[in-house]
Amino acid sequence: MSAARPVVIVDYGRGNLWSVCQAVAAAGGAPCLSEAPAAVRDAERLILPGVGAFGDAMAGLRARGLDEAVRSFAATERPLLGVCLGMQLLLESSTEFGHHAGLALVAGRVDRLPTPDPGARDKIPNVGWCRLEPAAGGGPWSDSLLSAVKPGDFAYFVHSYAAHPDDPRHRLADIEFAGGAVAAAIAAGPISGCQFHPEKSGEVGLAILRAFVAQA
Amino acid sequence: MSTARVIARLDVKGPNLVKGIHLEGLRVMGDPQTFARRYYAEGADEILYVDIVASLYGRNNILEVVRRTAEAVFVPMTVAGGLRRVEDVRDALRSGADKVAINTAAVARPELIREVSEAFGSQCMVLSIQTKKIGPDRWEAYTDNGRERTGLDALQWAVRGVELGAGELLVTSVDREGTQKGMDLEFLAQITARVDVPVIAGGGAGTPEHAARAITDAGADAVAVASMLHYGKHTVGEIKARLAQADVPVRSSA
Repeated sequence: MSAARPVVIVDYGRGNLWSVCQAVAAAGGAPCLSEAPAAVRDAERLILPGVGAFGDAMAGLRARGLDEAVRSFAATERPLLGVCLGMQLLLESSTEFGHHAGLALVAGRVDRLPTPDPGARDKIPNVGWCRLEPAAGGGPWSDSLLSAVKPGDFAYFVHSYAAHPDDPRHRLADIEFAGGAVAAAIAAGPISGCQFHPEKSGEVGLAILRAFVAQA
Repeated sequence: MSTARVIARLDVKGPNLVKGIHLEGLRVMGDPQTFARRYYAEGADEILYVDIVASLYGRNNILEVVRRTAEAVFVPMTVAGGLRRVEDVRDALRSGADKVAINTAAVARPELIREVSEAFGSQCMVLSIQTKKIGPDRWEAYTDNGRERTGLDALQWAVRGVELGAGELLVTSVDREGTQKGMDLEFLAQITARVDVPVIAGGGAGTPEHAARAITDAGADAVAVASMLHYGKHTVGEIKARLAQADVPVRSSA
């Protein structure tokens, strides 16, 4: 039996990382929280979590020198997974409370979810279990973190904003929201992102984390 | 589009899972972890932990139960009981909880609802309301597991709570709680018509049919069930199957 693979989880003072650590451990990884730029830059694989507002999160990363550390890590082409707001931070910019620059590791922007019709079942924030479906024109799931996920499987979402990658091939999975499609998972080479919380998405989420821990 | 949810509710006293009738007359059921893991495996969409002695004694030992549950249960968890300050909420979230449900402290100081939702987002702030029917179309809000009257009209209090920032309502009928005779559909229908945040129905479900009717007949978004699961009479899967039969979308788990 091989030793658990180390996974560094970026700790920049935003969000509750206990559950992420437990899920990574259950998926065969050895989680390690770190706010040290050197540890982030030199990680074998990296998770960028996040809850809250985009601008505030970027400020938290910058204040600790972690924005540059995550970019340096990404340049090594080792596996990087952004979760929830952490996925949105991978893009170039967001319109949440103004205009904020992101890490720009994936071309595209982050905008508010489309407004549901009054009285519709969909609401903002979108909180709950939604079905993952392949994105139109998106990359195949077979060689992605979703390799063990089936179209129609459920994941747990809590968000008011959504990512819009410029390149449709970077969009892996969508959910249906307000009569349209909203990005649920993205992938660009070794960089992946989940809008949902894999650590709260039951066995589907664990399968995604297992694939991440095993990613070469 | 998100699904109707089935939430397993675990009332905890010290280290034990307990179950009462009308929120009193407690019986010790066993180790809460064991039950939480079983319900997770059965497909529960969320776990709701209620520390039933916290608001009497101001204790917060429930967080250790939550931390240990998070080692093996990977669905959202809500903590209720004895949370009084923004700092208490922060501690709960750090322990692996995703949401908190607050009753007594919100009645005492409604601004707490706003403070919690501004600090952590409205999706974290569940307003818990315990109700007793006091007349035709009239329900009073109670605190401390149905021991204390508030003098508040439960419907008006619910609307005010949502205005203050509650992102979800957990409505428990003290009249029905633990009786397994069915949920208070009349109150649920009134409240779901008045607020546009999700409503979790609690108290009184003894069969999957009872639970499903809170959603199909009274417009609830979720049901919190306890007795019928703890006593092994029914499973989460049976409730979901009943909902699916009524064409209500539910999460299937492999």
